[in-house]
Amino acid sequence: MTQQGVRQGVRWTADQVLALAPDTASRKAGSKLGVAGPWSEAGSSDEGTVWGLCKGSGSKPYRTVIDTADSTGPAYKCSCPSRKFPCKHALGLLLLWAGEDGAVPRGEAPDWAREWIEGRRKRADDKRAADASGSPPSGDPEAARRRAERRAEWITAGAAELEQRLTDLLRGGLASAEQAGYGLWEETAARMVDAQAPGLAARVRELGAIPSSGPGWPVRLLEECALLHLLDQGWLRRERLPDGLAATVRSRIGLPGAADGPPVRDRWLVLAQYDTADSRLTTRRIWLHGTGSGRTALLLSYGAAGRAPELALPVGLTLDAEVSAYPGAGQLRVALGERFAPAEPTEFRPPGVDVARAVAQYGVALRDDPWLESRPVTLGRVVPVPDGDGWQLADADGELALPLTPSARSRSGLWRLVALSGGAPVTVFGECGHLGFSPLTAWPEGPGEAVTLC
Amino acid sequence: MLMTSTPASPQPSGGGHWEELVTAALLGTARRAPSGVAAGRDAPTALLDAAAVETVRRRAGMRPGRAAARLEPAAEDPRPALPPTAARRLTMLLADRPGTGSGGRRGTAPDLMELLPQWLATANRHGYAAPPQALPALLDAARGRTDLRPAVLAFAGPRALWLARLNADWRFALRSAPGGGAALPGPGEPERIRRLWEEGLFAERVALLSAVRARDAAGARDLLATTWASERAEDRLMFLDSLRTGLCGADEPFLEQALADRSRNVRATAAELLSALPASALAGRMAQRAGSCVAIDHTRNTPAIVVEAPHECDAGMERDGVVPKAPTGRGERSWWLGQLVEAAPLGTWSRRLGGRTPEEIVALPVADDWRDELHAAWCRAAVRQRDPSWSRALLGTPAAPEAGGPGAVSLAERAKLLGTLEATERAGWVAGFIAVHGLSEAFQLLGVCTVPWADPLGRAVVDALNIARDAGSYPWSFSGVMGLAERCLDPAEAVRLEALTAVPDESEDAAPGAGSYWAESFQRLLTTLRLRATMQSEFTAP
Repeated sequence: MTQQGVRQGVRWTADQVLALAPDTASRKAGSKLGVAGPWSEAGSSDEGTVWGLCKGSGSKPYRTVIDTADSTGPAYKCSCPSRKFPCKHALGLLLLWAGEDGAVPRGEAPDWAREWIEGRRKRADDKRAADASGSPPSGDPEAARRRAERRAEWITAGAAELEQRLTDLLRGGLASAEQAGYGLWEETAARMVDAQAPGLAARVRELGAIPSSGPGWPVRLLEECALLHLLDQGWLRRERLPDGLAATVRSRIGLPGAADGPPVRDRWLVLAQYDTADSRLTTRRIWLHGTGSGRTALLLSYGAAGRAPELALPVGLTLDAEVSAYPGAGQLRVALGERFAPAEPTEFRPPGVDVARAVAQYGVALRDDPWLESRPVTLGRVVPVPDGDGWQLADADGELALPLTPSARSRSGLWRLVALSGGAPVTVFGECGHLGFSPLTAWPEGPGEAVTLC
Repeated sequence: MLMTSTPASPQPSGGGHWEELVTAALLGTARRAPSGVAAGRDAPTALLDAAAVETVRRRAGMRPGRAAARLEPAAEDPRPALPPTAARRLTMLLADRPGTGSGGRRGTAPDLMELLPQWLATANRHGYAAPPQALPALLDAARGRTDLRPAVLAFAGPRALWLARLNADWRFALRSAPGGGAALPGPGEPERIRRLWEEGLFAERVALLSAVRARDAAGARDLLATTWASERAEDRLMFLDSLRTGLCGADEPFLEQALADRSRNVRATAAELLSALPASALAGRMAQRAGSCVAIDHTRNTPAIVVEAPHECDAGMERDGVVPKAPTGRGERSWWLGQLVEAAPLGTWSRRLGGRTPEEIVALPVADDWRDELHAAWCRAAVRQRDPSWSRALLGTPAAPEAGGPGAVSLAERAKLLGTLEATERAGWVAGFIAVHGLSEAFQLLGVCTVPWADPLGRAVVDALNIARDAGSYPWSFSGVMGLAERCLDPAEAVRLEALTAVPDESEDAAPGAGSYWAESFQRLLTTLRLRATMQSEFTAP
């Protein structure tokens, strides 16, 4: 692998390790194991492998090994029966490695650890070789084209049906939607799933919740109906749209795209990582900032409900890696390609803009993607200020301020942000949109590590 | 849409159009068509088209609002930042907060939350500042555990009080901190002191008086004297109590005057404080009264103490704080005697009882069943007057069985007497006690020993645990001592524990499963000790 011979960088911080935990119980259990006691024969290699034997309740200790240098984030292997991923032993070992000098000495990996690492890296290399030697055999290209056409026809039928529902709703009035409740929308959402348009289905499902979302719901419902109508129309007339916008419409509809943009190599700073979950799926968003290019990129990773997605990148580290963009104008999503060195901590901070610039940038981004809810941005020199029931981020050197989103107001990260600031300016990375600003990571004015807020 | 509510935000086509669209949408195009939209079959589509344009326009045209009133920045914390390794450790300790995961069996891993008090004490001793981002978790931890509050608030510093003013969950921090978090006036600000004393709230005034008393005993007394006459009785009691710190002979005139107070509780407290001053006039009076009740009877073969308890509680005694009414079930005369002996300076007894040492006095037989009464009063006196030589005599040798000691004192009284001894002597005594009596009785005594346990004590505890295990005892009955040992044993003892962590063969008379439970407990003890050693070293790491 390419990182052969690259010296393992500085160890991670406890916060970065704990961020990998799939849930709070694992955080706690991992913390308890982050001490020398239960571990024996622990060690780490220059290539970023960490291993150790952990005494459990049974007679045989568990064998835990972690590859911190893998290009898809840290990889774990443990002989324990836990279905948590990473398990508490992996977390504990990483904490031990992060925490104490000499607790995890440098050394030769034992056979059991080396076999696993080598097997993993060989599989990864084989896969890359296979990818490089041409697209995987995907059957008959003609059949694939026919399948795509058939799916587009279904979506078109679904979009037309949805248009009908929307016009019926507007003809009868939104007031009637309040009485109709969820049922109507759930049924329509199911029709959109049948039409293989998951993007439409998700939007329709959200419409159902708006009438019970408190004062001002008619405005929000009209906005969302209008944007859904816009997406329908975009799909129905996609032939006439510019290529970039057409690609955006396809991705908003929920058609899978391939990350076939040209690979961009940079030293990518991990700005934030957070999960959102619904009943079926855990979605992890990881924001990256290209320290050379100044570009912001989004990595998405999915896990089944209740399980953490596999890709995990600790905030505050940089990775020398290639990423490739997914199609669509104004789309920031990328896929992580080859990594050239293990992730390492950095002093680098993204440059910040003032509040007015941040709002203006969101406005401009709507040109490429009118369905955009928010846009990532780093605010420089802002102070958190209480404003009635909510909070604002105000320019330290100006009169303007951005409100925090309602959901950000109830997160515990808000208090970490307020504590970090202490009334003084901070640099804050987050998502800025029509609902306000959602802070994700902050840096103090003076020297100091990135503080995660999500 | 908070941002569009600002007057600074322009709505190019006017907000009116959007309002009109919303109204039409709410009522339905069948009832009302907005202007510019033709009524009829296509009206809903035309409305959606217009609304889509407006929605995107409104979002794209948003402007930031005006900033609300800014917060006064938190006071600077001049303390140095934690070393990075110690900061990481704090993150881990706080991740183990109750409520952040599952409970259940303790296993072999250390109880991290239990180590937080020690970690905080060390951080405070080094004088490090808390990392600001850790303050919310620290305050949450202190909110759930009042015993953590003083150390957390000391460590968290001025920024925690600044935060607490913004979040109702952390109000306790303001209550616990004197003056609602405002800094108390320093020695160089007599005007501020006087003003706060005259105008402050009760809690602020108590905090002020204690602070002044700690640095200037006479100044505090004078401050109290300025308003003494006009204070309410319950306030007088609290203020008088704060004179306990730095009590000295110069306080006597003030206390003597408080003996004539209107409130009985104030009088009793003044008397108690005076009796702790052996040179005070009250102590002299009490010595005389007590002395007249206790004498040596030389008429017997072996000298013995004879007791003649007082026959009445006269006005003078009452004025000096003796409570005339005995609790139900106690004889009046023995009740009065107890109070007299307790308040009399212990130094008088040697003179009164033929120049004997405390040990010799305690060893004397006492006539007519007065022994327990007399010794118990001496115990209280030794604790009140913090007299180590009398404490030593009353404690006797640790080998004596409970209630068989020369003082015939209970474990609770012994714990109090031990508190007057110097740390090493205390540890040595408890070690001796454990060596003879084992651990089952020692919990209370261990609680008064200084952390970390000095060598003979640590060794005695480990040996006793080992003996208990070999004897096949139920390990569960020792979980209290184990928990204490995890927190208090010197980490240097870890070496000697290694051998105990193996699972022993199950013997016939042992409780089933006890062996592995013992091994697990020892393992946790060992792991915790190692962790504590690491924790300490992290504070001085570069």
